[in-house]
Amino acid sequence: MLQYAAIVLIMLGLYGILTKRNVIKIIVSLNILEIGLNLFIVSVGFVDGGLAPIFTSQNATNDLNFVDPLPQALVLTAIVIGVGTTALGLAIAKTIYAKYGTFNLDEMGEK
Amino acid sequence: MKNFLALALSLFIGFLIIMSLRNNVAFPEYGTVNVASRVSQAYLDRDVTENPGTVIFGESVNLESGPANTVTAIVADYRSFDTLGEVTVLFVSSLGVALLLGTKKQKRLEVDFHPNFMLRVGSRALFGIILMTGIYVAIHGHLTPGGGFPGGAMIASSMLLLYLANDSFRAKIKGFKILESAAGSAYILIGLIGLLVGGYFLQNVLDNGTLGSLFSAGFIPIIYVLIGLKVGSEISGVIDNFLTEEGV
Repeated sequence: MLQYAAIVLIMLGLYGILTKRNVIKIIVSLNILEIGLNLFIVSVGFVDGGLAPIFTSQNATNDLNFVDPLPQALVLTAIVIGVGTTALGLAIAKTIYAKYGTFNLDEMGEK
Repeated sequence: MKNFLALALSLFIGFLIIMSLRNNVAFPEYGTVNVASRVSQAYLDRDVTENPGTVIFGESVNLESGPANTVTAIVADYRSFDTLGEVTVLFVSSLGVALLLGTKKQKRLEVDFHPNFMLRVGSRALFGIILMTGIYVAIHGHLTPGGGFPGGAMIASSMLLLYLANDSFRAKIKGFKILESAAGSAYILIGLIGLLVGGYFLQNVLDNGTLGSLFSAGFIPIIYVLIGLKVGSEISGVIDNFLTEEGV
């Protein structure tokens, strides 16, 4: 079941954010959480045997069994924003490394 | 102890999600969704106001929304204002990266890896193919899977290839900045044209054409190509910021 796999990914990401002390690992955990969430939203719109919601010469009319296009559109938005936040997080991590020489939150501030 | 607490919290939240979804009327079992009972059916029928008619590929003319790809119809037509906000979020994040990492005098980051001649020439040959694929995906966003965001990511990945394969390469970042601002401004201008002519911001005032032909759907392909250029130049700028450092 895809939905339970997605929930497991969300739990894994949350566990990583709560326990890891390395900035890069926190960002990777955030990404895992986000992928789980995206997978979950897409799975909400899945129909058994459904077609991709694109009209083509083979699937030409709106009577056919299409999957729900709305969650896919929302996830498209979420993926792009995820890329933006990841880039910003990695930039902050790079700045932190340039200042403290470490990615570990526990070792910072000792100087 | 702390790890155990985090594990317990994660398991509790997963348990909470699963229990709240179980036997929920608004949340049917995986794969048994009835799309006809949702608002999405109106998007598939291309009619959100009256009784839906039939949509036929290659025959239907001047539908409410023109793209053959329904996801594009939602992203760039029905929820275009949402997409404008999303593009703004991406712009703000690339601006943040530039503020954090950008400096006046920049040079390429020193790495131990020095590419040989074959890699440099081969990457040049691949660059064109990847760039063309990205532009193709962005232009055909209203007909095929993909669109401006994946197309822009492909354009940026072709730039990343050049950066990775040549340790002295730097793109003309100023050009990217100009392209990015021009594309963003053109998106808002199209919205204002819709406001002046059609009465609503981002209203599609051009002819929607036949469903499934390349020149159809009015403003949608134009908007998606602009989004592709904007996303591609923004992510290329972010790549450049990450691979440069202060120096002469």
